[in-house]
Amino acid sequence: MNTNAAPELDIDDSAELPKPRTGMIRIYAIPLIGFAVIAVAFAIGLTMDPREIPSVLIGKKVPEFSLSAVQGRTLGLSDTDLRGEVSLVNVFASWCTACRQEHPLLMDLAKRNIVPIHGLNYKDKPDDAQEWLDGLGDPYTRTGADINGRVAIDWGVYGVPETFVVDKEGRIAYKQIGAITQKILDEKILPFVKRLQNEGDAK
Amino acid sequence: MKKAIIAALSLLVLTTSLAGAVEPSEMLKDSVLEQRARDISKGLRCLVCQNQSIDESNAGLAKDLRILVRDRLSAGDSDQEVLDFVVARYGDFVLLSPPFKLATLALWLGPLGILGAAGLVYFNFFRRGFKEVKTARALSQEEEARFEKIIDQV
Repeated sequence: MNTNAAPELDIDDSAELPKPRTGMIRIYAIPLIGFAVIAVAFAIGLTMDPREIPSVLIGKKVPEFSLSAVQGRTLGLSDTDLRGEVSLVNVFASWCTACRQEHPLLMDLAKRNIVPIHGLNYKDKPDDAQEWLDGLGDPYTRTGADINGRVAIDWGVYGVPETFVVDKEGRIAYKQIGAITQKILDEKILPFVKRLQNEGDAK
Repeated sequence: MKKAIIAALSLLVLTTSLAGAVEPSEMLKDSVLEQRARDISKGLRCLVCQNQSIDESNAGLAKDLRILVRDRLSAGDSDQEVLDFVVARYGDFVLLSPPFKLATLALWLGPLGILGAAGLVYFNFFRRGFKEVKTARALSQEEEARFEKIIDQV
């Protein structure tokens, strides 16, 4: 039976029976903890909208541009028009369904005379844009017809509708991607506008 | 027949992967510039579709950006200047390959860190196993007797 003997080992006859190892429990806990961390990270990720990419232009001056007004309107839009008062710049297009959805809110906001809204008409046919404003109502103080979409690219626009809050110095303070809702208007955009309006008065 | 089918299929695969979404009217006459434009476009994310480059996407914005890239190149911009121009407007997210900087440190080094941690656990596990063998004790007389008995039965 000696042929079955174990290979040469440093055998310690006095060794106690191995104690239950708490270390093992710790090792088995590692994948579990790893899973928990990943699960929490994914759960947080699921609540975020991957289509919303934070703008790099926040805090920066609006890009230089000068656009003539939408067909049938007189006041065009340029970067110099966005200085001196807090304003909203709404990027819209007649072919954009979400714009139709937010349009009544813009009309309502315009009536309340809190803040001027300027319209950046993105890649629209002049006739379609005019028809839109004539038919649905015109909430805009000034409009700019960005027919080839180049100015919108300078603004970092990647989907319509988008709405920018511009401060008195002509800097972009906030950007809303997607259609405005009453909730977004009341809880985000208007508080922003009021704060920026008060900021200047305090100086 | 079989060969013809394989040839046709591989041609299909090849052409679809080469074509992109660039329309002939967008292309530059200068083939060197056009190639540079293609290479730059392949690294720029289409923000509408997000997981396609502007070279592959048929979205309107992708087309506008493709034309923009070509306009900048024609105006004499270097490749880096074109990329900087787009990043200044859309941020690092527009680059399909994220740049290596402080904000992306976890992204770049995370996998290495996890691999390192796994290696550490693995190493520990084996070292422990080795120690146990070293401190194994011999069988007691009782165990020896039981062992013999079992062996005899076999």
